[in-house]
Amino acid sequence: MNHHSESLPSKGSSSKANLQSEVIPQKKKRSLQQRRSRAAWILIAPALILLASVAGWPLLRTLFYSFTDAALDTPDVYNMVGFDNYLSWVDGESFGVLADPLWWKAVLNTLWFTGISVSFELFFGMLLAMLMNQKFRGQGLVRAAILVPWAIPTIVTAKMWGWMFHDQYGVINDLLTRVGIIHEPLAWIAEADLSMWAVVFADVWKTVPFMALMLLAALQMISADLYEAARVDGATAWQRFTRITLPLIMPAMIVALIFRVMDALRVFDLIYVLTSNSEATISISGYAREQMVSYQQMGSGSAASVLVFMMVAGIAACFLYIGRMNDEGKENK
Amino acid sequence: MSHLRLEKLNKRYSEHAQVIKSLDLQVNSGEFIVIVGPSGCGKSTLLRMIAGLEDISAGSMYIDGTYVNDDTPSERGIGMVFQSYALYPHMSVYQNMAFGLELAGKSKEEIDAKVQNSARILQLEPLLQRRPKDLSGGQRQRVAIGRAIAREPKLFLFDEPLSNLDAALRVQMRMEIANLHKRLGSTIIYVTHDQVEAMTLADRIVVLNKGNIEQVGTPLELYDHPANEFVAQFIGSPKMNLIPASLVQAGDTESVVRLDNGKQLVLPISTPRHAEGQSVNLGIRPEHILWGNVQESQYQANVMFVEHMGNETYLYLDNGNASEPWVVRNAERSVISAGQTVGVQLPVEHCYLFDGDGNAFQRLSSTQNKH
Amino acid sequence: MKLTRRQRHITHQTLIYAAAALVSVICVFPFYNAILTSLRTGQELFLTNYLPTSFHWENYVNALMVNGIARSLLNSFIVASVTVGICLLVSITAAFALARIKFKGRKYILFTILCVSMFPQVAVLSGMFELVRFLGLYDSLGALILSYTTFSLPFTVWVLTTFMKSLPVELEEAAIVDGAGLWVIISRIFAPIMGPSLVTTGLLAFIGAWNEFMFALTFIISNEQRTVPVAIGMLQGASQFELPWGNIMAASVVVTLPIIVMVLIFQKRIVSGLTSGAVKG
Repeated sequence: MNHHSESLPSKGSSSKANLQSEVIPQKKKRSLQQRRSRAAWILIAPALILLASVAGWPLLRTLFYSFTDAALDTPDVYNMVGFDNYLSWVDGESFGVLADPLWWKAVLNTLWFTGISVSFELFFGMLLAMLMNQKFRGQGLVRAAILVPWAIPTIVTAKMWGWMFHDQYGVINDLLTRVGIIHEPLAWIAEADLSMWAVVFADVWKTVPFMALMLLAALQMISADLYEAARVDGATAWQRFTRITLPLIMPAMIVALIFRVMDALRVFDLIYVLTSNSEATISISGYAREQMVSYQQMGSGSAASVLVFMMVAGIAACFLYIGRMNDEGKENK
Repeated sequence: MSHLRLEKLNKRYSEHAQVIKSLDLQVNSGEFIVIVGPSGCGKSTLLRMIAGLEDISAGSMYIDGTYVNDDTPSERGIGMVFQSYALYPHMSVYQNMAFGLELAGKSKEEIDAKVQNSARILQLEPLLQRRPKDLSGGQRQRVAIGRAIAREPKLFLFDEPLSNLDAALRVQMRMEIANLHKRLGSTIIYVTHDQVEAMTLADRIVVLNKGNIEQVGTPLELYDHPANEFVAQFIGSPKMNLIPASLVQAGDTESVVRLDNGKQLVLPISTPRHAEGQSVNLGIRPEHILWGNVQESQYQANVMFVEHMGNETYLYLDNGNASEPWVVRNAERSVISAGQTVGVQLPVEHCYLFDGDGNAFQRLSSTQNKH
Repeated sequence: MKLTRRQRHITHQTLIYAAAALVSVICVFPFYNAILTSLRTGQELFLTNYLPTSFHWENYVNALMVNGIARSLLNSFIVASVTVGICLLVSITAAFALARIKFKGRKYILFTILCVSMFPQVAVLSGMFELVRFLGLYDSLGALILSYTTFSLPFTVWVLTTFMKSLPVELEEAAIVDGAGLWVIISRIFAPIMGPSLVTTGLLAFIGAWNEFMFALTFIISNEQRTVPVAIGMLQGASQFELPWGNIMAASVVVTLPIIVMVLIFQKRIVSGLTSGAVKG
């Protein structure tokens, strides 16, 4: 073994004696990072191309059609009509989606539905998650049970609840009557005021398990030590909840909340099947599709679709903005 | 010709984050080099640059005389043992070791021969069909080493391989790695933060600090002739004591320093004339400080606490700086207890002197450790 | 009156069990009710009974044979399988790039994919309609396979990226030192390890495709090509006003049971897949 001892730091240039035996290749190859970056684009290309063609392109075409007066059975025949599908005035009367009172009812329905249903889902989801976080025998069975609503296809949910809400033979009315809350059967589906509640119940039933599972995952990340330390410090159950649990699950809760709001704004299936898009319950997606398919109006249907897109995007942007403001606020403190 | 040569090696992650600064190093064939330093010094980054897992920002690297900056790891002919072993969990031990050979296109017979050979060297034969999850920490370690040697590379890289093992296993694996080196004779570059591993395994140690090489040398060279305060305090445990003093008289063969309490010492250390009057640090290792009578000593100090190790005793002396007390090591049991005042003597032949920048002045006494 | 420790414990436990029982009943009851209904016919349907009163299987025969539920099950299966298959294949490489390689534009692509998954289906409806007609896929399963990619692909890419991020870097580096190129790393190291994650992701995407309604309603007219959700939604009786609830419930049970069984078997995987996407994302 060679002992090439150097007692002083070898920061100077090394000996030049070996230079003639060293080989420097002619062309410089790409560095590791460059090679990987290039490869990354190749790996992601198929997905991007596919996405552009099935999501990007149709979106642009919808935008295009919103400025035309095409009909669904003859999409090749159309005129450009500018913003007429959105809003226009002819002889003092307004036309277009934005002038349609049904559109605004749909907007109201959708916002109401989103607000109420997500609030319920958050509340009951939280309760359910806290229940699931406890240790008790039969936990596995309960966890399996709560997956059932999530697993059932939305259409089936709609049909099942439609049956349960049936005014004459439905179990809901039957139960309520037996318990004495009501004395006459309620027309859940038919009556305008009640039908929206029917939709909300069905949606909450289907979605609470999902919310609960998200919140449960967040709850389980909180170490039990924190609670024990708080108890030693003398905190009551309520205090432990508000000062430890809530702040620590807030990030996960907000993410779940955002996802649910986005989903709720896009609601279509449940309302279409449960209440057949009645005026009292029609959602903005339902309105847009109705324009397109029932009335064969590709133009105004597309316009409504674009408006739906903008509404959802707008609310998402609000969330992002609030989130960024929140982060900046935290940084400035 | 050197086996590995690094020339003005530089690694920068961004404008402000320069991790490795203009580093030069030569490694000879068959040498066991240990790169040691505190966390964040850049030793893992350096190893990964040698491996080819990190790009080199500037400078050149030559393996066996060939410029390899842009070569892939397998083109460089290296084998690597990772800190977390990184065994393929879905493959058996045999398949783990065979993988690299398969990718190189070797024949089945050749692969089998090489894997069996490595398994024999590391006593892995009974484990060949098992999955990593069924192995203990030490066994996984050996499989990781086996995977590296199966391809018979000329340069082995070890990235803190023993840090995940418990103390007893660490000692055993240290011996096995030393044996492996003797048996295979390959060049090994080994990274660790543990100076004990460095001292026991290395032919030469490279001490790294904040991306710069502080010193390169054999373990005993670093111990006896540290080039600066950093190396002096990094090598050897407990670390060397540093006593502030001032240089009252410089000289080629002798220098006079004055301690804070006024006492003066004549040291066999050569200092240049212009250093006269400067503040310096006097260094002395715990095992060299003598104590005894208060009258005959150069220093008096209060004993803060005493650690009885059974075979030796550590005394912690109050020097006014509570976070860095002086440590004295005695190779016997001691009857001194905390609160007592002891007299301390500093034998001049074991003293080191460091200037204001931390660099060592040249010592003239013999290199032997007289303790 | 302060309760003793033991009394508090008992009340606590009782409340928990009561709540657990209540929750389980609420969750399972609607389906239970559907099963009960599916086994009754005629006048029995009009009486509300909470226990099984009869076991008429005609509704099931009806549903499968006459109402074409059997056919729609096959259609749904084909569409969901092919869609998920294509998406997974394309997603594996994309997820690897997004999760493990730092390249310029990565953040933007991730953001775009997230945005696309937020698209309201109706927003691409007319554009997709044109595309489907252009490709001659109207009223065929191909139309659904094409359109389902819109939401399945962002989903699979996102979930797989999250899973891939959790694999240790050193595993990849060990493979690089062994001489593996990117393709070998993906196919021989990562894909086998990701097996369970691929199954979970595939399952979740399959359920999503199975349940889709709007595109299936819009792009398919003829009965033979119908998928399950539309078939259920369209069930009608002899006259305009009569709704054959027995049949409807039987059909519902038939299409739901396979999914429930699958979900119960893969419970743990599904839960972890759902939560990892959201909690870590």
